[in-house]
Amino acid sequence: MSTSASTQPYYELAHLQALEAEAIHIIREVAAEFERPVMLFSGGKDSAVMLHLAVKAFAPARLPFPVMHVDTGHNFPEVIEFRDRRVAELGARLVVASVQDAIDAGKVVEETGPRASRNRIQTVPLLEAIESHGFDAVFGGARRDEEKARAKERVFSFRDDFGQWDPKNQRPELWNLYNGRHRKGEHIRVFPLSNWTELDIWQYVAAEGVELPPIYFAHPRRVFQRDGMWLAESPWVTLLDGEEVEERTVRFRTVGDATCTGAIDSAASTLAAIIEETAVTRITERGATRADDRISEAGMEDRKREGYF
Amino acid sequence: MELLRFATAGSVDDGKSTLIGRLLYDSKAIFEDQLEAVERTSLARGDAYTDLALLTDGLRAEREQGITIDVAYRYFATPKRKFIIADTPGHIQYTRNMVTGASTADLALVLVDARKGVLEQSRRHAFLATLLGIPHLVVCVNKMDLVGWSQERFEEIRSEFRSFAMRLDVHDLSFIPISALHGDNVVERSANMGWYEGTPLLHHLEETHIASDRNLIDARFPVQYVVRPQDQVNHDLHDYRGYAGTVAGGVLKPGDEVVVLPSGLTTTIAAIDSADGPVAEAFAPMAVTIRLADDVDVSRGDMICRVRNRPHVGQDLEAMLCWLTQEGDLRAGAKFGIKHTTRWGRALVKDLQYRLDINTLHRDEGAGTLALNEIGRVSLRTTVPLFFDEYRRNRATGSFILVDEATNNTVGAGIITGPTGVA
Repeated sequence: MSTSASTQPYYELAHLQALEAEAIHIIREVAAEFERPVMLFSGGKDSAVMLHLAVKAFAPARLPFPVMHVDTGHNFPEVIEFRDRRVAELGARLVVASVQDAIDAGKVVEETGPRASRNRIQTVPLLEAIESHGFDAVFGGARRDEEKARAKERVFSFRDDFGQWDPKNQRPELWNLYNGRHRKGEHIRVFPLSNWTELDIWQYVAAEGVELPPIYFAHPRRVFQRDGMWLAESPWVTLLDGEEVEERTVRFRTVGDATCTGAIDSAASTLAAIIEETAVTRITERGATRADDRISEAGMEDRKREGYF
Repeated sequence: MELLRFATAGSVDDGKSTLIGRLLYDSKAIFEDQLEAVERTSLARGDAYTDLALLTDGLRAEREQGITIDVAYRYFATPKRKFIIADTPGHIQYTRNMVTGASTADLALVLVDARKGVLEQSRRHAFLATLLGIPHLVVCVNKMDLVGWSQERFEEIRSEFRSFAMRLDVHDLSFIPISALHGDNVVERSANMGWYEGTPLLHHLEETHIASDRNLIDARFPVQYVVRPQDQVNHDLHDYRGYAGTVAGGVLKPGDEVVVLPSGLTTTIAAIDSADGPVAEAFAPMAVTIRLADDVDVSRGDMICRVRNRPHVGQDLEAMLCWLTQEGDLRAGAKFGIKHTTRWGRALVKDLQYRLDINTLHRDEGAGTLALNEIGRVSLRTTVPLFFDEYRRNRATGSFILVDEATNNTVGAGIITGPTGVA
């Protein structure tokens, strides 16, 4: 972010500039200290912002690490199109960890039934890819304001040989002195956006002109209601009795597996309108749109312990 | 809009969770689905009231046992500022947690129960906040409703706290009488305490002047990463060599005459790049890339500073050390990995001079160990020279962590008081 002339005499950074500087510091620290870092990139807004920050961190040099997408196979096509285009623009290397491949190889068993989701089984191909590529640091776009288990996670989050997170045994993290030391086979998850909120992300997207997939903006879509959420009609979901598809004007606040990511009713088709809507919303983004977090109070914590994002 | 990071210290008994809950709720940072989840859990657990601590206690073990295990970070914003709260638990591992939360804070909130007055715990919190160099300390005298909104009681607590604080290095100390439960002087001015002439807490948080807290005098730039594009396509970039890092102090400008440590070579700053193009000056905590006029050898862990304003350079230093692990006590003679700015080395603890009782500030010179949550004064010798300042002058160049070389855990947090052998 450019520092505007009016703030210069006081040597103050506005909050987005401070958050940006913190994230760039974290990203550079990883590039300097790890042998094989990788950045998760799903095409969602948080990972788009994280990738944008990584590009800024090393400019004018190219990104010094590859990006990785854990592909459930249940994607919004607009998001995959955006992912591939961004990767090509940057000349980056894309690693795809495929859930479908893991299912086909018999490594995971897919849930069955109309509410089946591939969300939880993503952990297996993720950990396999980390192991087979020898990645020792994995950047994730998770934010502490998203979810209460994430609120307790370190910026540098240690994972053991099994990729597990032990919330009761985290390394103390002081000042900006990050400890990435680990043994072979262990790795560190790194969260440069830890201190960002959903509103910060949108304000930054607007200030920096970060490109996002079109599904974040209001558009007409064929949807049906389940558990109080608008789910998109897709080849991967079967309607239950009483569920009816209708066309509504919606947008997505988060982007994940198409079978468990809900849309919200919204006419916000511009960044300004989205920022306004985000500033006054009374429901968290995961509460509004993620079936995977509704499993239990500790849904996220349990998945994270297993090695989830 | 400016960012203010503050740490809260206190226990459930002090009404800390209620206060944070009130700040979040009144600034609309608590969402309906979060509140509903808290109400459901409270009801299921048989609480007599909606326990707002559940908003921050995110882990299963915390909710089941009704305790806070770890520092929780919470976020809210008003039209004037964005706030990051590091909420540190009051009882369990208070020192380890508070030191962690306080290390990046601009301001500390210390809660005092108006009925109980200044307890050992209040003194402890105030001491740790000042040890960690937090420039602003706000003492909230809470539960004023339970002492009949008494000005006399408030003044009594204020003068007791002040006389204790005189022994500490406190730059800015404020007192606010509040009732977190009823909201008095939290967001809105209290109608029950007309005698209080100050501002409510939120207004205080919005207005506290933090821009002058950073060190803008001593230019310090620890080199984090060397940017060399080596671009096959764009040959203009072939000779580009930039030193990326986060400014740790002072103001740097193109044309400044600088010295690179440890080589001692001098050169000038040719340009300072940000990803948005060249900048006219860089100051803490901006993340930038510096280009130098001469082709000098610079790598990660080096420090760029002004020729006539250099940090201490040396392998022997004195520090206050906070011990963070229960996996073994600290003893003189132990060796660790040390991380200071962007520089790693090894450190030998040559001497534990005393252990500090953080309740009484008494120095126990006979202590041979530091256990988890204990603080003491140590002398260190490092394998590589460090480029450091006194912590009270610069938090970024005055701090370090110690890492156990067998487990790789972070086991110690150090606050540099100066080089060894200088009074």
